[in-house]
Parts: sequence; C-alpha cells; structure tokens
Amino acid sequence: MSFEVDIRKTVSSPGRRFELQVRFTAQARRTVIYGPSGAGKTLTLQAIAGLLRPDAGRIAFNGEALFDSGARVALPARQRRFGYLFQDYALFPQLNVRQNVAFGLRGGWLNPPRDAGGDAVERWLSALELLPVASQLPHQLSGGQRQRTALARALVAAPRALLLDEPFSALDPGLRDRTRDELDRLLAQVDIPLLMITHDPDDLQRFGEQVLQLRDGAVGG
Amino acid sequence: MNAAESAWIPLALSLKVAGWATLIDLVLGVGLGLLLARGRFPGRELLDAVLTLPMVLPPTVLGYYLLVLIGKRGWLGAWLYEQFGIQLIFTWQGAVIAASVVALPLVLKAARAAFEGVDPQLENAGRVLGLSEAAVFFRVTLPLAWRGILAGLLLSFARSLGEFGATLMVAGSIPGRTQTLSVAVYEAVQAGQDGVANVLVLITSLTCIVVLLLAGRLLRGSAVR
Repeated sequence: MSFEVDIRKTVSSPGRRFELQVRFTAQARRTVIYGPSGAGKTLTLQAIAGLLRPDAGRIAFNGEALFDSGARVALPARQRRFGYLFQDYALFPQLNVRQNVAFGLRGGWLNPPRDAGGDAVERWLSALELLPVASQLPHQLSGGQRQRTALARALVAAPRALLLDEPFSALDPGLRDRTRDELDRLLAQVDIPLLMITHDPDDLQRFGEQVLQLRDGAVGG
Repeated sequence: MNAAESAWIPLALSLKVAGWATLIDLVLGVGLGLLLARGRFPGRELLDAVLTLPMVLPPTVLGYYLLVLIGKRGWLGAWLYEQFGIQLIFTWQGAVIAASVVALPLVLKAARAAFEGVDPQLENAGRVLGLSEAAVFFRVTLPLAWRGILAGLLLSFARSLGEFGATLMVAGSIPGRTQTLSVAVYEAVQAGQDGVANVLVLITSLTCIVVLLLAGRLLRGSAVR
C-alpha cells in the first residue's frame, strides 16, 4: 500500500492561523505519523479521509488520486472507503453497539434497527468480544469496549485501509498497554494497511514500521 | 348559546390556526436554524436578529408590517389578489401567517441551538461510513437535534394559540371565521359576558400549561442523554 500526500491548507479561526504544509509518501503497511499536539496531525488525517479539503495539492492511495487540485479531483469521504478510528471514537450516542457496528452497511436515510444483524456484523461483534454488550448504548460501555465498538464499526465494511487518530489517548494509562497489545494482535489478523497518528512514543515501537515526524505543520524524515 | 358552546368554536379555530402555524414554523424554523447553525456567510447574525424581531416587537408593529406586506394594497397582497384573486386579510389563513411569524423565533432559536449542539465529529463519522450529506442529516444530525426542535415547536404552538395583537390586525374578529380564542376573550370581556370569558380563559390556560409541561420534559430529557 502507499499513501502519497502533498498538500497545503491554511486554517484560521479567531486568534489563530495555522499553516499546514505536508508532503510524504507512506509505503509501509503500518505507518505512524508522530508529532506533538497542535502539529497538524489530525488535519492531515482528515484530509486523507476526505473530511477536510486542502487548499492545494494532491493525495493518492495506491496510485489513485483521491484529491488533486490541479486535475480538479476531490473524492467525497463516502467514496474513499477508508476506516477511520476517531480520537474520541465518535460513537452514535442514541444507537446501541449493534446499530453502531451495522451503521455503515446500511444505505438510505434510516438507521439500522436495534436488532440489526448479518454475517459481517455478527462476525465483528464476536471477534471483538462485543456480543455481551451488543444491545447497550455507548455511554454504558467501558473505554475499551467503546474503542472496540468503534473499531468494529470501521472494519465491518472491509475498508481499503484503516486511519487511526490517537487511538489510545482516550484510555486510562493502565488500560493503554493492554489495549495496544489487543489492537496489535487484532490488526495482524485482519491484515489491513494502517496509518496512525500519535504523540505517544510507545505507539511508534509497536506500530511504526515507517515513522514520519510532523512538526509545526511540516513533515520531516 | 351557552358559554361552553360559544367557547368551542373559537377553540377549534385557534387549534386549527396554531396547528398550521406550527407546521409552517417546523419547515421554516428547521431550515433557517440549520442555515444559521452551519452556514458561513456575512450577515448571519443580522439575519438571526431580524428573524428574532417578532419575539420582541410589539404585536401591533408586527401586524402593521404584515398589513403592508399582505394587505389588499400591500406589496405581496396586491400581486396575489390581481394574479390569483387571493385575499389573505380577514381570513383564517391570514391569522395563520400572523401566528407563524410571531412564533417563528421560538422554533428557530431552539433549532439553531440544537443543531449547534450536535458534535460535528459524529457527522464526519457518518461521512466516512459511506453516507451522503442528506443521509448524514437524517441519520445523524436530526436524531440528535430533534428533542430540542420539538421543544421549540411546542413553545411555538403555545405561542400561536395565544397570539392576539398581530392576528387582530391582520385577520380581524369575525365570529366563527377569524375570531380565535384570545380575540374571543377580548370580545367577551368588552361585551360584559363574564361567563364566556371565564370558560375561554380557563381553556386557554390549561392548554398552555399542558404544552409547557411537555416542552419542559423534552428539554430535560435532551440535557441528560
């Protein structure tokens, strides 16, 4: 797999102006973008996912342009087919675990029913040990269960790659190491290309076959 | 006609007017609330202020504006009359317009706040999971905002039910046709029919209390979640 990213984006909010200028090629199956908070990591990941539109540049996955300001290509997020694990998991609070997991499999304007099923949903609920809590709402879950639900929701539609935004930062420190082991094992089974952003050096050793440093909106080697 | 019977006709008319006005405000309030919550355009806060005016302006001023707009010689009214023979003044439809304008800010404010309270990250989650923008609205945004919107709608219904000033100026007080509950109370008191007034006042108060209780319950529910 390969991500080619070469983008520019100026983000301004009252009192803050941030220049993001990132250029890298990620070729390892597991790539970690490492940098302090505020360096523009999340913006970069959002641009790759199609949630943030760069001012100019190009983003390609395995040679296919997802965004190209020169060629006027800008694939919407829904067509990029990436799994995205949000920092705070972004589980739908009014839907139970099962509905959250089945969410992406159902088209149209209605959410999946409370007892939504299907082979893929059952397989992931079982693989991530979520069957006992399948009918619970996100606020009833532990931090680890929440993360596994978010992961099942992202993986159930067989995405082309998994984008992870600080996957362990929302967890208690004690839980972090164990969850890291679990995720490592699981992702090895799934064998899915992944791109992770983190400010935690511990994530580098485990997931960083290739490591990119991001500082003040620019990438170093 | 006894007091209860003479109360029934204006109550039915008021419910009809308030119902239609609330339906109009549902569409306008949700649409404009979304625009104000998510739109990025110059003059956004000015638009919000202008649309909130009906909440603070004297109803007579509002009624006057409406006459200028939809009166027989008004900008819109003259055109409607010449083109289609439609006259809104002194009709129950005119009362609906007056009530919906007066109550619009209540839905608008509630809808804007409800939409602004929806975490944009959840909408992003919907997008990466393959949803179109319309599907994101109906499956993520609206389910998370509907309680707040519904509370606003109930307040707008209660406000429409009690609308007096602008309604009187635009629709007049024709018994059985445009004489709503609140106008009927005024007429009853003026005519010295205290029995009728008592019944009307009691019905109005009870209806509004029920609506406010419902609205409060919905708002509390959305705060807990």
